[in-house]
Amino acid sequence: MIRTDKIRAMVYKELKQLQRDRLTAAMVFGIPVMQLLLFGFAINYNVRNIPAAWCDQAESVKSRQIIQDIQAGQVLDLQIQTRTPEELRQLIQSGKVRAGVLIPQDLSSRLQDNRSSFQILTDGSSSVVTGAVTSLASLPLYQGEHSIDYRNQEALPIQVLPLYNPEQRTAVEVIPGLIGIILTMTLMLFTAIALVRETEHGSMEMLITTPVSPMEIIIGKLLPYIGIGIFQTILVFLLGILVFRLPVNGRITDIALAVLMFISSTLSMGLLISSFVKTQFQAVQVSIFILLPSILLSGFVFPYEGMPAFARGLSKILPVTHFIELMRGIVLRGAGIAEMPLQIGVLLLFIVITMSLAWLRMRNKQLD
Amino acid sequence: MTDAAGRNYCIRTDKLTRKFGDLTAVDHLSLNIPAGEIYGFLGPNGSGKSTSIRLICGLLSPSSGKVEALGYSIPRQAEKLKSRLGYMTQKFSLYQDLSVDENLRFIASIQGLPKKIRESRIRELRRQFHLEKNRDQLTGTMSGGQKQRLALAAAIIHNPSLLILDEPTSAVDPESRREFWEYLFELVGQGMSILVSTHYMDEAERCHRLAIIQKGRLRAEGEPRKLMSGLGAEVFLAHGRSDELIHWRKELVSHNDIPGCTQIGNSLRIMITSGRKNPEAWLSSTFPFLGKVEQTRPNLEDVFVKATHQDHIQEEGRL
Repeated sequence: MIRTDKIRAMVYKELKQLQRDRLTAAMVFGIPVMQLLLFGFAINYNVRNIPAAWCDQAESVKSRQIIQDIQAGQVLDLQIQTRTPEELRQLIQSGKVRAGVLIPQDLSSRLQDNRSSFQILTDGSSSVVTGAVTSLASLPLYQGEHSIDYRNQEALPIQVLPLYNPEQRTAVEVIPGLIGIILTMTLMLFTAIALVRETEHGSMEMLITTPVSPMEIIIGKLLPYIGIGIFQTILVFLLGILVFRLPVNGRITDIALAVLMFISSTLSMGLLISSFVKTQFQAVQVSIFILLPSILLSGFVFPYEGMPAFARGLSKILPVTHFIELMRGIVLRGAGIAEMPLQIGVLLLFIVITMSLAWLRMRNKQLD
Repeated sequence: MTDAAGRNYCIRTDKLTRKFGDLTAVDHLSLNIPAGEIYGFLGPNGSGKSTSIRLICGLLSPSSGKVEALGYSIPRQAEKLKSRLGYMTQKFSLYQDLSVDENLRFIASIQGLPKKIRESRIRELRRQFHLEKNRDQLTGTMSGGQKQRLALAAAIIHNPSLLILDEPTSAVDPESRREFWEYLFELVGQGMSILVSTHYMDEAERCHRLAIIQKGRLRAEGEPRKLMSGLGAEVFLAHGRSDELIHWRKELVSHNDIPGCTQIGNSLRIMITSGRKNPEAWLSSTFPFLGKVEQTRPNLEDVFVKATHQDHIQEEGRL
């Protein structure tokens, strides 16, 4: 039984309560803005200016040239010169620098023999730093040629050409995925809390004895949050375009369709959570339990390709993984929604399964 | 619902039973509740009052037995009952972050009141329950008594034929409780049938009829006055010092013919099972330390103690 006047009354009441609940209202607006600025400005996958030290035992023209070239590369920021390799090691151990360049005495003969010519020691406790430094190894600099006039050499045998996001700006890569994280974070939590609040405060018991049907209660409670999800998505897109020059290559209708589908999946997740917990606090706990893998395993922070098999399995059942794929596809690569049937299919399947589970749980709970 | 004798009932239950696992919360409860009166459920916490009420409202389904409310078979026809039922939950269940008017408007539209009469009905209720000054106040900031009045107003906004209240006054002060009962009598005067549960004796005494429930079973039923006069026991008062009374009481309650003994200030209220020719003389000779005793009229508390006495014996026997 679905009657629009009852649903309208529920929606109006819910919005009034939301308006009174300053903290939640602030979260609706504040979380997207804060996250966007944080991830957009603060997080950069391209590491630069790692503090480093160097020890030049060769003290030749060649060695000085190498040092200058490394400094010019900007990956390492050579700050301290040491006399012995030991000092270099100590500086790294104490954390004063993250990496150390060690040029041995026999540099010229090593270069001649085509042996590895010098070492860069890195702080292995930070894999990001090590990764960035390792990328130095592929610079032409280290290819043991007789001449260190490497500039004339051919570049790497393989050429990497980024088709999308040619400047490889992190913000552009992050924003489409961030929408998935923000919607998971806020919507799932809000809906779970909003529904549990009715049961916890006893108003559900009162509502059930009135002519409003459970379906109308749920629709009335969910509708405002669909609106909030749409508002947050538009907000992130607008800020993304204005502040971070986010290119929107796909069709707006495709984006809207994908976002609506994902909003439905987070709402049904919230609904399912609310059917399992008794208090708002428990709802928060369960939401965090789902939120953490959503952030870590969705491919938002760590690439899916680097995960072990079991993590990949987990990642595959999270709707946010597929949504992020969809968003990167549509927004950055300009793909049409029809080109990604797998992601769409999984999202739809997820909605159907969680909705049915939640509905079954509610039916059983309503009486008893 | 009318029976063969032409009496009108609002609720009838027949061997109504509800189990939660091993616990039998309501145990073969059979009741005929007359329409147009205030009917009370009296019992301690956990006696099955709330479960019975929830069964009658259709919030729970019975394990066995039957319920009929306003002629509808519950829970099968619970949907039909809803528009004619007013239900006030034990806990305040309106929205604390909405104002009085906002709450009433919400309930009015949920109850399906036509738009035209909504505002006039709310105005009428505000006046009837003295909420005019609070109309824009957030409910969470109101006193317990004000909240009860609002909850009652919301429960009857659609003019239900049957009003069910689950311990409506457990969270308000005595003054507000008295006032609240005035409202209930007003509503009965307008033709409403009311079922109310309570654990206060003074409230139970004000009901037209009363069911004493313990451990899910019906212990006594009838008009409070008749229950008191038909107690089946005599009540006496003995006087003494506080420290003596404690010892006396222990000795008295261990006797099979004394179903109840309560200390009240410097007196003991002693109940003796009826059937003796001269209970006063028997009391003085069996317990000579009591001194002079005087007979007094039974009250509702005596009825309650007597009705629930059997269980205490069983329990102590088991220990």
